Amino acid sequence: MKNEPQTTLKADRDVGAARNGIVVRFSGDSGDGVQLAGLQFARSAQQAGAELMTLPEFPAEIRAPAGTVFGVSAYQVHFGEQEVLTPGDEADVLVAFNPAAFITNIGFLRSGGTVVYDEDSFDERAFKKAGIEDNPVQPDGHYRAIPVAISKRTLEAVEEFDLGRKAALRAKNFWALGFTLWLCGQSTETALAWIERRFAAEPDIGAANAAALKAGHAYGETHEIELPDIFEPVAPMATPDTSRLVSGTQTMALGLLAAGTLLQRPAFYCSYPITPASALLHELAKFRSGVRTFQAEDEIAAVSAAIGASYAGGIGVTASSGPGLSLKTEAIGLAVAAEIPLIVIDIQRAGPSTGMPTKPEQSDLSMAVLGRHGEAPVVVLAPSTPADCFTMMIDAARIATTSMTPVIVLSDAFLANAVTEWTAPDLEELKARMPPAPVSLSNGTGGNWFDRDVETLARPWTPPGTPDRMHRIGGLEKDAGTGDISYDPANHQRMTDLRAEKVAKARTELTPPLSLHGAEDGDLLAIGWGSTYGAVRRAVDRLNEAGHRVGHLHLRQLWPLPDGLETIFARYNRLICAELNSGQLTAILRSTYLAPVAPVVQTTGRPFMVSDLQALFAAQLGETAS
Amino acid sequence: MNVGLSPKDFASDQEVRWCPGCGDYAILKGVRAALAKIGRAPQDVVFVSGIGCAARFPYYVASYGFHTIHGRAPAVATGVKLANPDLDVWVVGGDGDFLSIGGNHLLHTLRRDVDLNLLLINNAIYGLTKGQYSPTSHVGTVSPSSPRGSLEAPVNAGLFALGAGASFFARTVDFLQDHLPDIMVRAQAHRGASLVEVLQNCIIYNDGVFSKVTSKADAAQNAVRLVHGEPILIGSETGRGLVFDEASCRFRVAEIGRDCPPEGIARHDETNLPRAMALAALQDEDGPEILGVIYCRPEGTARPGLSAIEATPLMDEAELATHMAGPRAARGGGKPALIP
Repeated sequence: MKNEPQTTLKADRDVGAARNGIVVRFSGDSGDGVQLAGLQFARSAQQAGAELMTLPEFPAEIRAPAGTVFGVSAYQVHFGEQEVLTPGDEADVLVAFNPAAFITNIGFLRSGGTVVYDEDSFDERAFKKAGIEDNPVQPDGHYRAIPVAISKRTLEAVEEFDLGRKAALRAKNFWALGFTLWLCGQSTETALAWIERRFAAEPDIGAANAAALKAGHAYGETHEIELPDIFEPVAPMATPDTSRLVSGTQTMALGLLAAGTLLQRPAFYCSYPITPASALLHELAKFRSGVRTFQAEDEIAAVSAAIGASYAGGIGVTASSGPGLSLKTEAIGLAVAAEIPLIVIDIQRAGPSTGMPTKPEQSDLSMAVLGRHGEAPVVVLAPSTPADCFTMMIDAARIATTSMTPVIVLSDAFLANAVTEWTAPDLEELKARMPPAPVSLSNGTGGNWFDRDVETLARPWTPPGTPDRMHRIGGLEKDAGTGDISYDPANHQRMTDLRAEKVAKARTELTPPLSLHGAEDGDLLAIGWGSTYGAVRRAVDRLNEAGHRVGHLHLRQLWPLPDGLETIFARYNRLICAELNSGQLTAILRSTYLAPVAPVVQTTGRPFMVSDLQALFAAQLGETAS
Repeated sequence: MNVGLSPKDFASDQEVRWCPGCGDYAILKGVRAALAKIGRAPQDVVFVSGIGCAARFPYYVASYGFHTIHGRAPAVATGVKLANPDLDVWVVGGDGDFLSIGGNHLLHTLRRDVDLNLLLINNAIYGLTKGQYSPTSHVGTVSPSSPRGSLEAPVNAGLFALGAGASFFARTVDFLQDHLPDIMVRAQAHRGASLVEVLQNCIIYNDGVFSKVTSKADAAQNAVRLVHGEPILIGSETGRGLVFDEASCRFRVAEIGRDCPPEGIARHDETNLPRAMALAALQDEDGPEILGVIYCRPEGTARPGLSAIEATPLMDEAELATHMAGPRAARGGGKPALIP
């Protein structure tokens, strides 16, 4: 196996440097093991030295009736040699386990792409379940179809294990994985090693899955299948040794662990199950040290317990998705009023209300920035990549404890689930990001317990148990001098101003608060935030390659807005803001800077496609030119 | 244990702002006395409250205090305790706080058996919002929001708590200074969530609602002061007590000598859950007011509570580095040699 020829893609084969890598999309029933096949494909590619990003797409239903279109689950992997920043607009290869998967996913296959489908699952009965009359595979030149009897071949491959038909068919995802790995020039070694570890306790199942995987790969080798034009043999790829595959959820969990370890204070993660934020609770609950996880009775209890933990000297963290953030807002107001460090993570999903729970959207920004009663400013941050999720947790913990403020971190269903390769940063470097003890813990000695730090304007963090600093605090307005309850009109004005100024001062705490790529001045500035980073960046790259002068400004810090934005804005003829909502950051930028920012928005429950953004940006350029 | 603490050591410098004659003054006095008796250093004591008249309590105790939001105090206190289990954490709320807006949190706090001392200050009315009927108001309570009398059956706090799995439930009355502090001491000593219902008279909006125990004279006639292992007698020298009717699983009032011999009076067993529930159920009837420790989970049957969470250690840098490097590094391998 080690001597088999390695193949890879012809880089940038169709549209110059704009195209990068191969996109493979697996699709099938929720119970078909599509997510597993996709993830194992990604692992294999990563182990071979590829860069990648994935897009898991699955329904909210756990096991919708088999064969129906609403039970279809898909997993897209974009891998290549160069910096891969998106999961890919369209698939080069689509694997479809049944007709329902075929009809719901064929639209994601690029023109001229290859579809591999399980012909055993394409019969009248399956068509009926999918709600169609005839075989949907109608090669007409737009795609190349490779029918393979995946079910039958899987049964043959695992026959010797006597699993019974139903159990044997469960291995078909591994058969398809093996075949797809062959199709994309990848070896089965990584997947085989994983199977061996994963099924160590069930060696028969493991052996059957391994047999299916090998059979799928061998089928490709031994049958005359014309390879798609994107593949050609090349020299082995360079293999970086330190990277690993991670999702945004995993890096966020590791970031919280790092924050607690660096601050030497227990991180207290408190949440209530909600899709897609629950995965973070699952990830953190695995650890036996460094983080205390608490599954609360509801969203309100989750944030309240986190506030209690911070009040008592821990790092209180709560996470949820949109509906949960709505429930937490009153308590976040308490954390503003009582000046309690708090990290609130919102894994945004398509709303309003229950909306589309497994689909990404960026539509909670207005709620995060403005959605509280009273004048209640908080810090709002947004990581842009899974790697950024890691450092942002450390930054959030530092800002929350330094400025004694809630920090809301906006991720989304795409960023949380997308998998990419990641090299863990050096611990010593991280220490520079985090002071050994928050300033707020040490600046309260002498004077009143409510005396503010002159730099940060934060009140001291004096947890219960601290001698001689006993005090009472709460949601009632406090006297700016003593911290006692006050209804004095002038004092309320002063405290309102102080809270705003304190949060405003935190604007210089995040390094860097933004990233700027592409042209430093010119025709157009594309502004983005959060998980759209890769798509906006690529669209801007393509326009610049086509001779335009376009910049890409990506904000990591959404409130308070970073310094210097006006200066950047002034260098471009036109400003646009791309976001997965109806223009929420656009509205904030317009009202803050009176800047003529035009929205480029989408609420489809999917990430932006690079090609869509490219076209929309180009349209803006056209208007400028005319 | 600090020796020589007095109730004054727990009096904060804040001006108390309850209505003159409010039962909360007496509760505050009794709790300060209990705190002195318990003897924890004030800096290790935390009072957490929600919203309402009772929730102003933390401002008046010279310890750490956190006045939070309506109904959520048990959840906040859970976080406090989990972050620092060494603290002595008290939660103060009213009937609206604990049994209406925060009912869910009380249910789960009791079920989890977090080591908190929960004071339910029950005056059967919403005082701070000017007198609406509350979840513990008697049916027919006339109030601004129920001018023709309230329609809803009240919550029985004891049955709610015991049904939720409370490991400690006691009841006392605001002005009984020879009873309330001792109950507080018992509640604090109990490992696990201890709920104390304090019957409190709201002189403005619901004066005399607990008519059986509005005055010392009333209490002498109508109150049972439970003592573990002792006969359950009503008032002082009334010649009445409670007998337990096995057939109906209920306590009923008996006149000693006429209805039963002296030894026929039931003895209180605070570790007996069904009997405790039968005692709690009496609140809904025209019987005596049951005070004292109604239920305390037997010794040696402690549930683990959330102690495993409290005990989670910090992570050291070496372990963090291992987790950051990932499972592959943890297995001791680099990349599998795919390429010769």
